[in-house]
Amino acid sequence: MRWLVATVAETVPETARAVTLRLDVPDWPGHRPGQHVDVRLTADDGYQAQRSYSIASPPESDRLELTVERIDDGEVSPYLTTVADVGDQFELRGPIGGWFVWDAGDDAPVLLVGGGSGVVPLRAMLQHHAGSGSAAAMHLVQSARTLGDVIYRRELEALVGPRRAVTVTLTRESPPDWGGHRGRVDAGLLAEQGWPPAAQPHCYVCGPTGFVETVADALVELGHAPGRIRTERFGPTGG
Amino acid sequence: MDTALDGNAAAGAFGDLFAFDVTMAMTTCATCGDRRAVGELLAYMDAPGIVLRCTSCRATQLRLVRSADRAWLDLRGIQALEVHSPTP
Repeated sequence: MRWLVATVAETVPETARAVTLRLDVPDWPGHRPGQHVDVRLTADDGYQAQRSYSIASPPESDRLELTVERIDDGEVSPYLTTVADVGDQFELRGPIGGWFVWDAGDDAPVLLVGGGSGVVPLRAMLQHHAGSGSAAAMHLVQSARTLGDVIYRRELEALVGPRRAVTVTLTRESPPDWGGHRGRVDAGLLAEQGWPPAAQPHCYVCGPTGFVETVADALVELGHAPGRIRTERFGPTGG
Repeated sequence: MDTALDGNAAAGAFGDLFAFDVTMAMTTCATCGDRRAVGELLAYMDAPGIVLRCTSCRATQLRLVRSADRAWLDLRGIQALEVHSPTP
């Protein structure tokens, strides 16, 4: 797969640690929501570092977007989140991966469960749901440590409609007047906010390894078929 | 702390070798028999090569090591690799 040159067109701060880079990528072949790119940075001395990132934007977006969370001792994310500015260029290749992908032509209900920056590919799915006029019902359950850590909060709230719902749960601290959920995503919350197994929903779970395993186990425990649950995990070496 | 990513993170490197989308391919683990998409295997990217382990039993399934002009693929950990491939 060919490496393409991406030029930063705009940077959008999302939280204290996460930034969305809006990119111009000539010859971008298009993508499906949930797919990835590999990003490659090359230092002046030729040293290269490469990481995989989920695409944050839906296919219909005019620009390719990556939302990157800063890992302090990482090799790539500190550059992308704190150094990269409008006009800067780096290499990427993609789209990659057809497994963790949602198809707007599929009318089955969809449960999206994202932990931390695991919401990134799910945002592409939710926006594509809105942009494509899909007949499926889609519900996002998003978990973050604090209100300030919730990526895309206002934007996703604005997408809520007759066939789209968003539930946020805060795991560490929440404002006294917080009207949403508190605590980790567990079988109780998934039973309350998800679809019954009989509805045969597609379940997409993305987040750190521990989060993904806990949520996937809870969904199976609730009676969802393992074959309807797709997972994507990222770890602290994602940097 | 567990440093695993998943098979999606390794897909670019495998894509240099295979004509099919490796994340959609299903492996059967030689150790425990678990059948799963490569996209959901545990990927360890910080070894000298890429190591994909079984999500169920953690045994090594695939290893990929490469130099500038050569790649070594160790498939001892899988019984079978199943690829969607309609007859042309």
